[in-house]
Amino acid sequence: MEASPSYNYKVVRQFALVTVLWGIVGMAVGVWIAAQLTWPELNFGISWLSYGRLRPLHTNAVIFAFGGCALFATSYHVVQRTCQVRLYADKLAAFTFWGWQAVIVAAVITLPLGYSSSKEYAELEWPIDILITLVWVAFAVVFFGTIVKRKTKHIYVANWFFGAYILTVALLHIVNSAEIPVTMWKSYSVYAGVQDAMVQWWYGHNAVGFFLTAGFLGMMYYYIPKQAERPIYSYRLSVVHFWALIFTYMWAGPHHLHYTALPDWVQSLGMVFSLILLAPSWGGMINGVMTLSGAWHKLRTDPILKFLITALSFYGMSTFEGPMMSIKTVNALSHYTDWTIGHVHAGALGWVAFISIGSLYYLIPRLYGQTRMHSVNLITVHFWVATLGVVLYISAMWIAGVTQGLMWRAVNVDGTLTYSFVESVSATYPYYAVRVLGGVLFLAGMFIMAYNVWKTVAGKQPIDAPIPQTAPAAATAPA
Amino acid sequence: MDILYLLIPLSIVMAFVIGAVFWWATRDGQFDDLEGPAHRILMDDESPQQSTSIGERR
Repeated sequence: MEASPSYNYKVVRQFALVTVLWGIVGMAVGVWIAAQLTWPELNFGISWLSYGRLRPLHTNAVIFAFGGCALFATSYHVVQRTCQVRLYADKLAAFTFWGWQAVIVAAVITLPLGYSSSKEYAELEWPIDILITLVWVAFAVVFFGTIVKRKTKHIYVANWFFGAYILTVALLHIVNSAEIPVTMWKSYSVYAGVQDAMVQWWYGHNAVGFFLTAGFLGMMYYYIPKQAERPIYSYRLSVVHFWALIFTYMWAGPHHLHYTALPDWVQSLGMVFSLILLAPSWGGMINGVMTLSGAWHKLRTDPILKFLITALSFYGMSTFEGPMMSIKTVNALSHYTDWTIGHVHAGALGWVAFISIGSLYYLIPRLYGQTRMHSVNLITVHFWVATLGVVLYISAMWIAGVTQGLMWRAVNVDGTLTYSFVESVSATYPYYAVRVLGGVLFLAGMFIMAYNVWKTVAGKQPIDAPIPQTAPAAATAPA
Repeated sequence: MDILYLLIPLSIVMAFVIGAVFWWATRDGQFDDLEGPAHRILMDDESPQQSTSIGERR
């Protein structure tokens, strides 16, 4: 008899473990630059440590290294389990792992050195852009190859979200990164002026929509039902949610360019599409949370579910806040203030990081033949430390942002400005200090997680789970 | 705003592509059963007993 076919857990394991590592790195850089905003001397006069170079390193590390590796790990895990087949092309899957790590290391080196295309969330220079493209094509081949050779007829909804994320990010990356190299480490965008700004935010906001939303919704639709041991509240709603989201997402980008050189009607279009997005977003949020209906008591004892459900609460909160901030009159107050930073972190820490952390706590022990993490209590500690961190962070930024907005627009009776800019900077100082504290707490949570993961996996035998020979999909219910 | 001559047609093409995939999914019967798939992922048992004992338990 031939060896039992097994799932490819090796690549899942690799991505899952580096997610924790890159989470610590990315968030540590975040804490560092938050401290620089409070105490500017902390760049020590060294250009490599200056805010302008470390800030893109922070955003790239948390979005593409931490978030990206979490998405690779979970999408590879979910697509195999729900399609009941081993990952297509093991070697290509291994290439996506090493290729993606090379991209991350290249970012860690080039960004502090000052090599930047200056496009927000797409700062990496052209040679790295090409490597990203190659890795991403390999990712798509592995993922869709696995879908094609699936043993189940139905494609589970999580895979639809992962699939949309992979294809859309490919398109966004290629259009936005179109650039003309002039030297090995310098290129210029093929677009100029407001055209470039439009492409930039078409990319930027759709990256929020498809990288930071659709991908992580894929996680949500698998790991919440699995951890709660209950089917998703409404599978029908999940399907409607998916199609509604991807049909309506593409034009939210212009809300980043309110009151700029962008034509007024394009700004209004961006605002309208942003408002429409509230409906599918909340559909998904309600669907996930209601999965626990009738089993709310599980939230009391299960810290993994605490992470997953709190993630959805933050998702609901930021997808309400986002459309509200896209309304032009609200945006007139919030634009260019720290309110935006608070909004982003409600989504990034509260939604993206929480759903990833919860999913990893489910996933990692199972990759080593364990039923649960080394210490469930430490997960609870992590949850409360991280939650406190997020709450401190976003409330500090709300207050700082509204303060800035109000001070900037205040005018005297004679029409002159009431406050100079530096007065608004000094007014926000205490909130910047609170933000550092919030960030430190969130980072401390990641260290607790790293310790717990270490204790869970050290010395344990990694496993490649066997593929059930009678697919549950085909099996009749046992008597 | 020349860029809109790229981005708007791109959106329209995307909408048609998404529509075509939706049409395929409907024809393929992906939406025939909107209850079962939710339960089926829960029947997929990933406990270590299933994982470690390759070929023994079943």
